[in-house]
Amino acid sequence: MSNKKLNMKDKYRLLTRDLEWEFSYRDRKEIFPQEDFEGIKITDWSKWEDPFRLTMDSYWKYQAEKEKKLYAIFDAFSQNNGQQNVTDARYVNAIKLFLTGVSPLEYQAYSGFAHVGRQFGGVGARVACQMQSLDELRHVQTQIHAMSHYNKHFDGFQDFAHMHDRVWYLSVPKSFFDDARSAGPFEFMVAIGFSFEYVLTNLLFVPFMSGAAYNGDMATVTFGFSAQSDEARHMTLGLEIIKFLLEQHEDNVPIVQRWINKWLWRGYRVLTLVAMMMDYMLPNKVMSWQESFEVYFEEAASSLFKDLARYGIEMPPYAADAIAEKEHLSHQAWSIFYNYGHAAAFHTWMPTAQEMDWLSEKYPNTFDKYYRPRFEKWREMEEAGERYYNPTLPMLCQTCQIPMGFTDMENPTMTSYRQSVYDGERYNFCSNGCKDIFDHEPEKYVQSWMPVHQIFQGNCGGPEMEDVLGDYYRINLGVDNLDFKGSPDEARWNGWHNLQSAEDKLKKAS
Amino acid sequence: MTIEIKTATLEPIRNTFEHTRRRFGDKPASRYQEASYDIAPENNFHYRPMWQPDKLLNDTSRTAVVMEDWYAFRDPRQYYYGTYVQARAKLQEVTENNYAFFDKRGLGDRLSEEVKAKVVRCLIPLRHMELGANMNNVLCSAYGTSTVLTQAFLYNGMDRLGIAQYLSRIGLLLDGNSAEVLTKAKDHWMTDPAWQGLRRYTENTLVVEDWYEVFIAQDVVLDTLVYDLMYRQFDQAITEEGGSDLAMLIEFMQEWHKDTSRWVDATLKSTVAESDHNKELIGRWVAEWREKAVADLAPLAEIAVGDDAVNACTEALNQRLAKAGL
Amino acid sequence: MSKVYIALQDNEESHYIVEAIEEDNPDVTVIYQPAMIRIECEGHMVIKRETVEEKMGRDWEIPALHVNLITLGGNVDEDDDQLSLTWNN
Ligand SMILES: [Fe+2]
Ligand SMILES: [Fe+2]
Ligand SMILES: [Zn+2]
Repeated sequence: MSNKKLNMKDKYRLLTRDLEWEFSYRDRKEIFPQEDFEGIKITDWSKWEDPFRLTMDSYWKYQAEKEKKLYAIFDAFSQNNGQQNVTDARYVNAIKLFLTGVSPLEYQAYSGFAHVGRQFGGVGARVACQMQSLDELRHVQTQIHAMSHYNKHFDGFQDFAHMHDRVWYLSVPKSFFDDARSAGPFEFMVAIGFSFEYVLTNLLFVPFMSGAAYNGDMATVTFGFSAQSDEARHMTLGLEIIKFLLEQHEDNVPIVQRWINKWLWRGYRVLTLVAMMMDYMLPNKVMSWQESFEVYFEEAASSLFKDLARYGIEMPPYAADAIAEKEHLSHQAWSIFYNYGHAAAFHTWMPTAQEMDWLSEKYPNTFDKYYRPRFEKWREMEEAGERYYNPTLPMLCQTCQIPMGFTDMENPTMTSYRQSVYDGERYNFCSNGCKDIFDHEPEKYVQSWMPVHQIFQGNCGGPEMEDVLGDYYRINLGVDNLDFKGSPDEARWNGWHNLQSAEDKLKKAS
Repeated sequence: MTIEIKTATLEPIRNTFEHTRRRFGDKPASRYQEASYDIAPENNFHYRPMWQPDKLLNDTSRTAVVMEDWYAFRDPRQYYYGTYVQARAKLQEVTENNYAFFDKRGLGDRLSEEVKAKVVRCLIPLRHMELGANMNNVLCSAYGTSTVLTQAFLYNGMDRLGIAQYLSRIGLLLDGNSAEVLTKAKDHWMTDPAWQGLRRYTENTLVVEDWYEVFIAQDVVLDTLVYDLMYRQFDQAITEEGGSDLAMLIEFMQEWHKDTSRWVDATLKSTVAESDHNKELIGRWVAEWREKAVADLAPLAEIAVGDDAVNACTEALNQRLAKAGL
Repeated sequence: MSKVYIALQDNEESHYIVEAIEEDNPDVTVIYQPAMIRIECEGHMVIKRETVEEKMGRDWEIPALHVNLITLGGNVDEDDDQLSLTWNN
């Protein structure tokens, strides 16, 4: 028998697409009941273009190869106590924030993609989503394993899943993903597959991970880049779903545009955490938040939206607001966390004189003018033994749930403040983006589990801050929280390194 | 001397994460434990799902089965992502070699026309059933509770896609990649009376909402019957008819079924042992689906193997259920 | 014209891939950053299996690219022989 050679496209069609059949014992609508309610019109699933034609055998093969490499590095890292080799122990707080704030999102992505991986009516889209679901499960698990060793030597990692469900600032990323998962399957794809994966995760993973490498953290850079190797598939799926929806029916265009507007802003707000991780939490800097934002958001998004223009899709109006904030965002975010450092499960600190100079250099228009004076004052207070902590509870934006600390870009010393009234109640927002999102679906956003309201209502362990922070959040008070200076983390770190130099002296002497 | 000091200060300050300490005690936990137990969100969901407003995002009431602790389960294989893909990659490598050998040696040409026709009619159409199994397991992964279960469902779902793809490749091996076999097999699935029972059963499972019931209908009842019928009895029958080379093409499915059965059995057993409520409920589901499955499978069993085949697979199912206390 | 880009983990295998990309796309810019290599180009870029195989001196499949891939930008088209990135603007 002479064997015809099958190319990748034909092979994928036969091995995956052709598995589908026309149901006759049951109505399609019973099997895919969620396809209609969002108003999206799909006329022909067969027009779906598979972004990567990966069959399960090669999936297992290549992913196993990645995993083997990754775990070999984790093993070496813990055997050699690689945590001693990071630039300095302040750095580790960035990955505490990662494990408590980001890894649980990987878990949510796993669940969300399993959900749409069952619900979509076309086998090509379903299978692509299922593979992504499996990848996302990989990400949360490899992140837990990467941090497992850090957890044995630093405070603040130990109860990440419990904290993610409760702690005030983790409500920002959690509500973001809850928002996406509670939407219909198509909106979920635009939210996560497109806005988050395609437009925003580069900002989360690429410069930050490169920064981890630059700070001697082999475990993190390895899981980060290994996760990113799946991300290329996810990004392509995200772009594919957008093109598919836009090509299926012209009525989809305004719906998709609205979702893009919403989710770009919603995702961008979550990245506030990344902005401060980059500018303040990496002792060795690769690039500033502003620089990465310009490469991975401004430049990348403008290419993308130019490409989508032929479908009638435009750059979201809030992109301009995000761009306007780029010289301010990380400083404002770090200020908030420095203020509430007693209520966080990681340490905060004031940048050193040298680090402030770096910030002045990178942010010539804003740092010295708006932030340095305040920071220097806080540093003076600290030196006088009066480290500043804000004793009040902040007011939160009803949509993104970040404390209302962003300022008006026209007048950067004034807090930006928006309001809406719904059903007789007043709600507060940090920005036009957040207000518009609420105004479009108030019945959704009034449901938000607002951490500060919940504390006031007595739902978080009791009336005293110790009840909330200690019992309910399970922060080890005096250990996980407060300033880096004086923390057990710092003491242990100094212990290791003094010891190291003592050892070196001994070696030299002998 | 220096080494002593060093180990003293690099002593870990804790053995494991809190979630594993609470559950397994203050000692180093395995990678399986750290990445599987108590990591799913459970509290303070922000919004009701628009696609199911009467439930929370993660909601234990998506099944009528009740567990005091949904993390009472344990996958005997202790699969987390890394161990899972590495186990499958190993199996995949063997399979790849088998398929390449079969192809290179032209073993397809050594099969008689009768045997080939039988494979096309009785085995290859199963690829569609496997797609149904894929959707069902992914559903359990999406709506089930506790990562110990939901991750295993996803592995299972992806395995089923893999199996559907291997079955398709058997088809392509038999017709030199012309895809004629796949077309014919699909016709059987769509119109052959011998297959209509199984197709109806599959479509019926796809509308079940209770994820644990889906698990019973698919992984427990149907798979036990079908895998015994096709990958044990049919394999034997074909060997007797001179088609023993087929065995190397279905080794994956046989090995996979052995592997996954350990997890299915353990899961079923723990759920049934939890309470009389669960036992009674699952007993009822099993009885309903078994009755349908046996009747639906009978015509295929007869042409694939012979008269008694359906009884033999029913026997295999009953043994399994007995092991689980049903 | 917008820039397409690809970023690879900085390791032995990637160096061969980068060499191949440079050969097939003379206009690319290669940027080395900690632990990663970013390669960008106006409008279009292609990674060809044959060229990579030649550089490596062994068989290599396009899906193996994903093992070292960190990110990319542009519309992707992948088949047995190549992976290309394009912006239509
Ligand atoms: Fe991920
Ligand atoms: Fe992803
Ligand atoms: Zn906001």
